[in-house]
Amino acid sequence: MNARASLALGSVAAALVAAAVWGEGVVTRQAIPDRVTVIYWEKWTGAEADGMRAVINDFNASQSRIFVKYLSISGVDSKTALATAGGDPPDVAGIWLDQVCQFADAKALTDLSEMARESGLSRDYYITNYWDPLFYKGKLWALPSTPASVALHVREDLVPPEYASPETFPKTLEGMDALVDKISKRNEDGSLKMAGFLPSDPGWWNWSWGFYFGGKLVDGDRLTVNSPENVRAYEWVASYTKRFGTKEVQNFQSGFGNFASPQDPFMDGKVATEINGVWKGNYIHVFKPGLKWFAVPFPYVADHPELAGMSDLSQDILVIPRGAKHAKEAFEFIRYVQRQDVMEKLCLSHGKNSPLAKVSEHFFNTHPNKFIRLFDKLARSPTAFSPPQIGILPRIQSEMNVAFQEINTGQKTPKQALDDAEARLTEQWQIYKSQVLEK
Amino acid sequence: MAGLLFASPWILGFGVFLLYPLIASLLYSFTNFSILRPPSWIGLSNYQEMAHDEVFYTTLKNTLLYVVGAVPLGTVVAIGLAMLLNSKVRGMAFYRTIFFLPTLVPMVVLGTLFLWIFNGDYGLLNAAFHKVGITAPNWLGDPAWAKWTLVLISVWGCGQAMVIYLAGLQNVPVSLYEAADLDGAKTWAKTRHVTLPMLSPVILFNVIMGIIGSLQIFAVPYVMFPDGAPARSTYFFSSYLFDNAFKNQRMGYASALGWVMFLITLGLTILAMRISERHVHYEGG
Repeated sequence: MNARASLALGSVAAALVAAAVWGEGVVTRQAIPDRVTVIYWEKWTGAEADGMRAVINDFNASQSRIFVKYLSISGVDSKTALATAGGDPPDVAGIWLDQVCQFADAKALTDLSEMARESGLSRDYYITNYWDPLFYKGKLWALPSTPASVALHVREDLVPPEYASPETFPKTLEGMDALVDKISKRNEDGSLKMAGFLPSDPGWWNWSWGFYFGGKLVDGDRLTVNSPENVRAYEWVASYTKRFGTKEVQNFQSGFGNFASPQDPFMDGKVATEINGVWKGNYIHVFKPGLKWFAVPFPYVADHPELAGMSDLSQDILVIPRGAKHAKEAFEFIRYVQRQDVMEKLCLSHGKNSPLAKVSEHFFNTHPNKFIRLFDKLARSPTAFSPPQIGILPRIQSEMNVAFQEINTGQKTPKQALDDAEARLTEQWQIYKSQVLEK
Repeated sequence: MAGLLFASPWILGFGVFLLYPLIASLLYSFTNFSILRPPSWIGLSNYQEMAHDEVFYTTLKNTLLYVVGAVPLGTVVAIGLAMLLNSKVRGMAFYRTIFFLPTLVPMVVLGTLFLWIFNGDYGLLNAAFHKVGITAPNWLGDPAWAKWTLVLISVWGCGQAMVIYLAGLQNVPVSLYEAADLDGAKTWAKTRHVTLPMLSPVILFNVIMGIIGSLQIFAVPYVMFPDGAPARSTYFFSSYLFDNAFKNQRMGYASALGWVMFLITLGLTILAMRISERHVHYEGG
């Protein structure tokens, strides 16, 4: 090979390396000349992505200085962390509230407190139950995109007529348990045909059962995973396994279809009641239009009537990763999303309630979920709760999932499972404190 | 100069994607490194933590049990198929293609496919068992069965090994079989005393590759059993490493896990080589 050919080969290799290193940045950041391009990474695909894209199109058309480019990213949380570590994060990232403390502790986020104050966003603009968890260590790290509250969904046609309305459905957990015993059905071979309720369905909030019994997972600096309230809660979970049989529940649940399909157990009539979020109405509307159902606050334990109106509040949030190249412009877009009309448009498209204190009648009247007022009320409830503010929350949720499964499969007693989870998490918490917080 | 330039893509790739991560991960394993903040030296702390990390032992046990199940099963099935596909039957090229094709299915598709096949309630497999009056287990939902279901699924990918065994079988000198025939050997005797000894170097290679591959099991359980459910019965070493690196943001601890996995892999490979000294027969020596 002569020198010219060697030079050509070397040039091609260098060009390939350069394209790999700088290509993505060159292409995405110059999407619209003369405008600052804000790169926005979000978890949503499908209809939810379409809802946000409509908002983005409105924003891009509303001014001529900023262009927001939306990218659906799977594993958006870990990829945002990696991109931030690599010094080239997106300008806006759509992650979950559960990760705020972990990201903030890792110094991966931009403090939004000052920008929010300057743009007139304050606590009274939001439902306080949604605003407060966005603050951690005195700083504002995120603003909501779409929030949610959860309630008990009930199939009208699968409960006796005397219980088939929000007014007459049992208000206490004990009342609901008695109803479950009454309406659950078995096949001739003893297998389950229809369960009145299953704590393991859909299984997205396995960590939160203790809250419904007055428990907490964290108290100040201390983990309280195995507190008496939590043990009581998971004994209640175990009572369902005992009621129906471990193997029977396992077999029965393995036949459940995906929640975003007509084979969803609630839509398919395999469970008569199900704890689920405000978005459930949207899925019912798409996959089983005409289904007769209603929503009620999750029942409270009879000896704690003060816990009535409990609901697990979750939020999809918008953050500006540390080192974002256009933080100011990114915040301008996030601020736009917080406008009442824009937020309501977005939440309507996602079938969710609004995080804002003021909600228009138009929002309630046009919402696809006919029980939207209940979900709004639950979001404002003094007993509603958000995930605990602690950097190891993802690990707590993971350990609680394991404990739940150990209890649900009869491998451990609730006390055993929670004691083990407490021990593992306490060790993790000590390591986290020494390696992350005290650094 | 020209030679170096020709080799430069490999040198570059090796340096950037293999050598640098290898050295970096060794260094990171002695640090507290969250990716988002600079690493700080903590000596052997990550390894000391591992020594009393219950989840580490759970994932290690799950992984080793998977290796113990998947490697022998895969070996037996792959050799069996290779022997069948080595026979002189019409349309053999077609059959060989059919048996190799499953290995081309992407892991994620495979995971989704088996979720349907092994579903305890409406899965194809249990429907078939039901037809013949057998009550089959809940393959995916029962902690006692979930891991072994993955072992069964691993057989799906034995096509690669099967092709190598097939090549090995075709290398066995016909004269040995003729000599065995003259000695009056039947099929099993020929398999036991001719085929398997002659195939032993190939078996050793495939077993070692199988051990390495099985220790790294990740994609299929990741798709089929999120978070190692039920109750961590399908939580494997690679998944734990991944979770520490990318979910818990503990790259230092994940690096230490990676090096422990490397040492275990190395140890098992050396063990296999040692055991093979007495059982592997090389042609001509």
